[in-house]
Formats: sequence, structure tokens, C-alpha cells
Amino acid sequence: MIYDAIVIGGGAVGCAAARELSRYDLRIALCEKGEDVCVGTSKANSAIVHAGFDAVPGTKKARFNVAGSRMMESLSRELDFPYRRNGAMVLCFDEKDLPHLEELLDRGQQNGVEGLRIVRGEELHQLEPALSPAAAAALYAPTSAIVCPFGMTIALAENAAQNGVEFFMDSPVSEIRRRDGLYELTAGDKVLQTRTVVNAAGVYSDVLHNMVCESKLSIMPRSGEYCLLDKKDGHLVERTVFQLPGKFGKGVLVTPTVHGNLLIGPTAVDREDKDATNTTADGLAYAIRMAGLSVPNLPMRDTITSFCGLRAHLEGESDDFIIGESADGFFDAVGIESPGLSSAPAIGLHLAQCIAQKLDATEKLTFIATRRDIPHLRELPFEDRQALVRDNPAYGSIICRCEQISEGEIVDAIHRLPGARSLDGVKRRVRAGMGRCQGGFCSPKVMEILSRELGIPQTELTKSGGSSKLLVGYTKEVQA
Amino acid sequence: MTQRQLTCIGCPMGCQLTATIENGVVTAVTGNTCKRGDSYARKECVAPERTVTGTVRCTGGGAPVVSVRTAGEVPKEKVFDVAHALNTALAHLPVAAGDVVIPDVCGTGVNVVATKSAK
Amino acid sequence: MKQVQLAIIGGGPAGLAAAIAAREKGVEDILIIERDKELGGILNQCIHAGFGLHTFGQELTGPEYAQRFIDRVEEMHIPYLLRTMVLDLSGDRVLTVTGPETGLIQIQAQAVILAMGCRERPRGALNIPGYRPAGIYSAGTAQRLVNIEGFMPGKNVVILGSGDIGLIMARRMTLEGAKVHAVAEVLPYSGGLKRNIVQCLEDFDIPLYLSTTVVDIHGRERLEAVTLAQVDETRKPIPGTERRIPCDTLLLSVGLLPENELSSAAGVHLSTVTGGPEVTDRLATSIPGVFACGNVLHVHDLVDFVSQEARKAGENAALYLAGARAGSRSVALEGKNGVRYTVPQSIDPENMDDTVTVRFRVAQPYRDAALCAYADGTLLRRIPKRILTPGEMEQFPLRKAELPEGCQTITFTVEEVAK
Repeated sequence: MIYDAIVIGGGAVGCAAARELSRYDLRIALCEKGEDVCVGTSKANSAIVHAGFDAVPGTKKARFNVAGSRMMESLSRELDFPYRRNGAMVLCFDEKDLPHLEELLDRGQQNGVEGLRIVRGEELHQLEPALSPAAAAALYAPTSAIVCPFGMTIALAENAAQNGVEFFMDSPVSEIRRRDGLYELTAGDKVLQTRTVVNAAGVYSDVLHNMVCESKLSIMPRSGEYCLLDKKDGHLVERTVFQLPGKFGKGVLVTPTVHGNLLIGPTAVDREDKDATNTTADGLAYAIRMAGLSVPNLPMRDTITSFCGLRAHLEGESDDFIIGESADGFFDAVGIESPGLSSAPAIGLHLAQCIAQKLDATEKLTFIATRRDIPHLRELPFEDRQALVRDNPAYGSIICRCEQISEGEIVDAIHRLPGARSLDGVKRRVRAGMGRCQGGFCSPKVMEILSRELGIPQTELTKSGGSSKLLVGYTKEVQA
Repeated sequence: MTQRQLTCIGCPMGCQLTATIENGVVTAVTGNTCKRGDSYARKECVAPERTVTGTVRCTGGGAPVVSVRTAGEVPKEKVFDVAHALNTALAHLPVAAGDVVIPDVCGTGVNVVATKSAK
Repeated sequence: MKQVQLAIIGGGPAGLAAAIAAREKGVEDILIIERDKELGGILNQCIHAGFGLHTFGQELTGPEYAQRFIDRVEEMHIPYLLRTMVLDLSGDRVLTVTGPETGLIQIQAQAVILAMGCRERPRGALNIPGYRPAGIYSAGTAQRLVNIEGFMPGKNVVILGSGDIGLIMARRMTLEGAKVHAVAEVLPYSGGLKRNIVQCLEDFDIPLYLSTTVVDIHGRERLEAVTLAQVDETRKPIPGTERRIPCDTLLLSVGLLPENELSSAAGVHLSTVTGGPEVTDRLATSIPGVFACGNVLHVHDLVDFVSQEARKAGENAALYLAGARAGSRSVALEGKNGVRYTVPQSIDPENMDDTVTVRFRVAQPYRDAALCAYADGTLLRRIPKRILTPGEMEQFPLRKAELPEGCQTITFTVEEVAK
């Protein structure tokens, strides 16, 4: 069997490309190294849909960011994932830095970002009362938004699956060969043949690129450490609060999340290791200190978790995105660091169009453009929720107390395609274990449900695939 | 004559006790600040005892394990033997709280009883 | 809407004792709402002995202690719902409830007793750096997995936190065949009972490292090791003291937090020190008809005190339902100089019992000190204490007879006795 397109990488970009490709009458597969989609760069970032004022005009970053940002709201409605246009502020603490803000404003306007303006003094502090008194002025970007990166990536994946894309999890692509005008991929225990390839492999996209292309690339993973605070602090700021950007990125931000938590971070430190997602004492301390400059007296004792993500930063003269056909039928999405999440829908669309054109593909009449999320019972009006519980009592049985997630929602998450197969898979889909107790109470119950629904013993269950087993066995059979 | 250091468990003070033992008999206790320390050291040095609690695996019902305890204290040196006995025993459900799960565990004369009903 | 005289949120030791007391005081229409599949709360997984010495004069296991209250609830035919969760409590005492028997319904209660207990502080709250692999559990989660579900979370264990749950789990894992390599405690002393240090650690040669914490977590998928380091007086790790300990499991026993999301949603005023509601000597919260007891009010170490406190809450809810209301005056209680807080936070001098038990914790260990109560600066009473530790809740009986007329504030302090 020969595929028309194989997407390598189940992150936001890969899933967006797969979904856009699934509009066409093509045979498509997606290979993901991990046990689930959204387990790499896409799962650990600032969850911001950037307005697009930061990228240098004329770059791919600027073009895809602005285009992606414009697509995001309607996409969130089509695919039913959490998105909120909350606006953003870029602070400066010294009047002397005003020219830098104006430069950003100018850049944003060149990029076509709407509604940008500079706010100062009293207005600034009225808009965001929790800001440090030292904040002198800010660039205000009303089109900046926040999104659930898991919700978005999983929605894209599910919609792609609905439209016929095959998903191969636990399938790292270790080899790509050119044979008879086709690409032959070794992906885990499978060998797959395809006419075209989309390389959306995040921090590994250089490795994939280098398997095929003459010109060699190098990704230097750049870590970003974050702290997530309790929902009681999500209202501290309304908008995403940045500081004037530096050489390593957009600096440390303070933002509400779409789920109502408060997020601070990230740091920006280069790491040699493509899997080094460990947090560090210095990193967390730096993030907390820098965030405190924007919003003093952050209630850090309400921290519920900290995490670290890796950005796929391209080394070399240009750190712009590489998007397009790098070898015959081999399409790259390389160096997708910030604003990658914001750009993902536009990158996916662009690559799908390129491939469709190359393969002379036609659009399917049967394409299903919309996807409904698992019902969020907590957010439903009482009567709607009551009706759902009446129809399916599992929606009335609460498993995760902190986020009030029912058994029914967890069962749904497991039976979706692609569905949750691990504790983290459930967590990313329905937020069970994402709350303030971080799974202390619900983990044993979610494990029981996973075991029952998947038909595998609890002793085989993992936190996040691979060797991340949660248990070593039954009591009475263990010897140290 | 030997001397043994031990921490009194009578209260949060945790007095550091020194017991002098001659021919298997405690002849003196120092370091204690109350009577409890003295009697604790005398018992603990000669015939220390513990209550052992744990679970026993179940068959014939829904509960995977049932919680159990020794109905009284057992000699301290038998604790691992008793734990091993719990870890290799099997209880047939249903079990009622108070039911004897293992009689005379490890020859101590003490029964292991269920602390909870299970079915 | 379903109506009930008294709704009790939580069927653990606090909820059970409160229900029994309220029924004994004549409240007929009681409903206990429990989210787990059985009554008894966290006691069901506390299968070790040591409960009930004060109440029953013997050392029961958790399930045995709970059963005595459950039996009484059954004898009294007090209704309860299992697997049923209160999703919301409004300021006018409407409960939104969901469960298999009820579906999603609302219940109007004339009085409510908050008895939801507490939860464990998770890793995130400590910001421990490192990876986030499988194999990191809070001690209570591991306790449930081992004691109720019959699963082993790991074979080679390090425990952070030397409170009683951490100590108890060290012994429990050892007796199930695991090797506990270390218990680390960030403070220079353990918050656990001496008995547990001796019988859970020393009996098994498990080392306890004081002034030590976990500074790194290794292993991308399953935990492979932790790095321990000593800390200075400000709890900052001391460079050069790091030590890597291979293990597949890290259990966290780093504190308990009263679970007051429902209370907050209802508008109950919470203490920033205890994390629980501020209450009067009647255990009444800031919302009329809403009472609180047990670990949701402040974290206890002895279940006997939970039962005593909950009895009071049950009795006072009964009095409230019979029409009793607070008097016009209120005396504030406060903790100072080593006394971190008090429960209750105020008393009603006109209607108070002859003796009110004031409970609190001290901020640090003291030897040869005294607990003192002052009424507007005048010493009421001084109780010498050979030892005070933060791990053990103190009780101070406040007598109505000794309160001066017109007193505004009663202050509790620790005073060290000059050697």
C-alpha cells in the first residue's frame, strides 16, 4: 500500500497539516514517536495565539503568525476547542524604552496586526490593576488570544481521523529512503511507502530533514520553564502580560489560561539534549523573579505544577521557519519555535495546499469540517447537564474532584480517535488530574477506568507511554 | 553488662534513654524524665513487641485485599515472619471484620483478624 | 427542590460524628453526602493501629475506628448517599449534588455541616525541579493503591516528608517487600510522632535525614533516582551536599490542605493561616446555618479530636435548627508569639459552654515552655508544657467563669521558661 502523504509528528503543526490534507481525496497517515498526539513542544508552551507584532516583517514567522492568528477563532468554533481573545500587553518599565515599544508597534502594523496602540500611565494600570507600579507604558494588542494547546492539537487530530487519516503512535521514523520515486519510511515496527512527506517533527525535524536533504540543518532545543498557579489566581490579570523582548525570545510572561489558571514563564536556555524537559531550580527561580517584575506579589504558594517545554530553535544565520518543499515531495516545517502554535493552522493549510497541487488532488465531497469536543459538564447550564446525566449516569459520577470531571467524560476521552491510552492522555483531553491536587485523588480511579475500557491490566498502564509504568505489580509479589 | 540507647516513644519529648542490661535483665534506666520512659525501656530491651497490620489477598469476591491486624502484639523479632505470613495467605470472601484470617500466626499464639468487612 | 434539615458534606470521621450528635440532639432529617463508595473517609486506607486511644481506650486501626461510627449511623437509620459529590454550595445553602442514586439535583438545606476533610499538597506546590516521570505519588495516593487496591507503586522508595503519613508508609512499603532507602525532612525536626519514628523507621533501619530535601528528580519515563541535599536555616539547599539515590518511587508527605473549594464558592470566610473557615465557639462559619469540623476546618493529627470537634458541630447545628442564634457580643481569639492560630477564632460570651476547647498549633518546637491565655492583656491562665511541637495540636480549655466582663480579645501565646 502506498500513501499519498505521511505526516511525521503529531504536534500542532503535524495535526493541522493532516487535517488540512484530509480535505483532499488522498491516502494519509500520521506517524508519531510518542504514545499520543501533543506530547512534545505542543504540550508545553505559553498557550498564546500571538497577535503577530513581534516577528520581523517579511519573514515566514510574521506571515504565518498573522495568518494563523486570523484563522484561529473560526477554527476553534469549527473544531470546538477552548480559545479566548484576551489581548496582550508588552510592558516597558522605563520611558527611555518607549522607542522599542514604538518599533514593535511599527513592526506589528507592517505585519498587518490590527488594533495595536500604546497605552501609558493611568490607563495602563486601570486596564491591569495588578501590574507593577514601575510599568511605564505598554504596547496593547487586542487581537492576542489564549488557547488550549492540547485542546487544539487533539481537535485537529480527531477531525483528521474523522476524515480518514490513519494515526500510528509509538512510531518514531528512524529511516527515510528514496525508492522508485517514493519515500520509504521505517516507523517503529512498520515500513511505509508514500509519495510525499510532511516533516513536522519538532525538535527532531532537523534529523528528519537531514535524512533526505543535501543541505543540513541543526535544531538547538531551547528550554522554557513555567509555573502554573491555581484557578483562584487566574483573574489576577485579564490580558497576557509580556515584557519587552530580548535576544532569546519574548521574555517572561504572566497570563491567564483558557481554563482560568495563571501561567508564568518561560525561561529560554539552550540545551544540547532534545528530550531534556526537566525543570531546574535556577530556571524556576528566574521565571518567578522575572514574572514578579510585571506583577508583584505573585501568590507563588498557589503553584500547582511546574513544567518545561523545548522550542525547536534553528541554529544558523536565520532562525526563521523553514516551510516548503525541501526535496522532491519532501515538505519541511522546521524550526517551528514561537510563534509556532499561533502559526500552526496556517502552516498546515499551506503545506496541504502545496501537496494537493503537487499530487493534483481533488477535494472530497465527504469532508467533515466540524468536530464536537467531549462535553465539558462543568461548564454546561444546570438543565443541560442534568439531561446529559439522565441519559448517561456516568456523566453524573465525578472522578476528578478538583476539575469536576465525570467518569463519562473520561470514558469518552478513551474512546475518541485517537483516544487516550495513558493517565496523561486522559489529563490532556478532559483535565482529570490537571487540578490543584494534581491527580492525588483521581489517579487510582482513572487507572481503574483506563484498565476497564482498554481491557488491559492496571499493572500495564503508563503515565505517558513507553516505560512510564505507574505500578510495578500487585502487592504480595514484590521483592526489592 | 551491656548498655543500649533508645528513644522513648511515650510522648513528643523523645527522651534518649540508656538501659543497662545484665544477664538479660534491665538493671537501670537513665535519661528518662518520667516513669513512662523507665517502663518503656525495661520492656523494649527485654521483650519488645509490636502490633502488625497489613492486608491479605482475597479470592471469591470483588475486593482485591482485606485489611488485617494481629489481634494482640507479637514479639518484635517475628514482625517480618508475620508480614511474610500475611503476604502469602489467601482469604476467601466474604470476610467480616473480626474474622480470624490466620490463626496462631507464626506460632505466636496470636491470631490475625480482619479489620474490615469485605465481599 | 428536595429539602433537608441538615446536610452533612462528607462521610468521614467528622461527618459521621457530627451526624450522630445531631441525631442524638433530635434532628430527624439528616443527609450525609459521601463521594467515595463507602463511609469512613480516609480512615479506610489507614489500616495501621493507633486510632481511638482517647475515645475508646484502645488502639484501633482506621477501618475499625470508622466502623464504630458507621455502625451507630446505621443503627440510627441516618440516611446517606455514596459515590455522590457536592458540586456547589450556595450562600443560601442550596447544594448541587450529583451521584448514581440522585442524578444531578439541587437540595435546599436548613443547615449544613462542612466535613470535606483535606487533601495532600502535591509536588507542584514545592516546585521541586527535575523531570516529571511516573513513580511520584503523594503518600496518601500510594496508601490507597497499596492498602485498598492491592497494587505496588514501586520497589525502591524514597520518602520526602516525615509527617506521620510518610512514616507509616515507610513501614508499610517495607512490610510489602519494598526497600525504603531514605526519609528526607526539610525541617530540622520531624513532625511525626516519636512512636512512629521508632516503630516505622528505626525498627527497619530506615534512615531519616533531617534538614534535607529533594533537589532533583531523574528519569524521563519512570523515576530513576532523586538527588537529596541538605538545607540551611532558610531551607535553601547547600551546594556540595547533593547525593543521588537511585529509586523507582518518590512518595511525598509534605503537608495537608483543608479542602474548602465549596466553602469558598458559598462565600464562607476562610482563615489564611489554617486554610479552613473562621468559626465561632459554636463551630459556626460566617454563613448562618453553615458549620465546619474536622480537617476541613484545620488539619488534625488525632482522629479522636476530630470526632470530639465534629460532635460539637453536630450539636450546634441541632441547636441552630431548634432556633438558637448567636448573641450580640463576640470575643476575638488570636494566637501570638508561637501560637499560629486558634480554632475557634471567636466566642460568643453570652451563649458559650462552660468550657470551650481552643485548639491550635505552635510554630516551632519548645521545651519547658508554657501556654498562656490573656484577656485584653491580663493573664487568665498559664499551662506549663514540657514539650510543644508543631506536629501535635494543642488544646486549651477556656472557661466561661474566668472571662472578665466586657473582654474584647483573648490572646494565646507560648512563653519560654527561663532555665
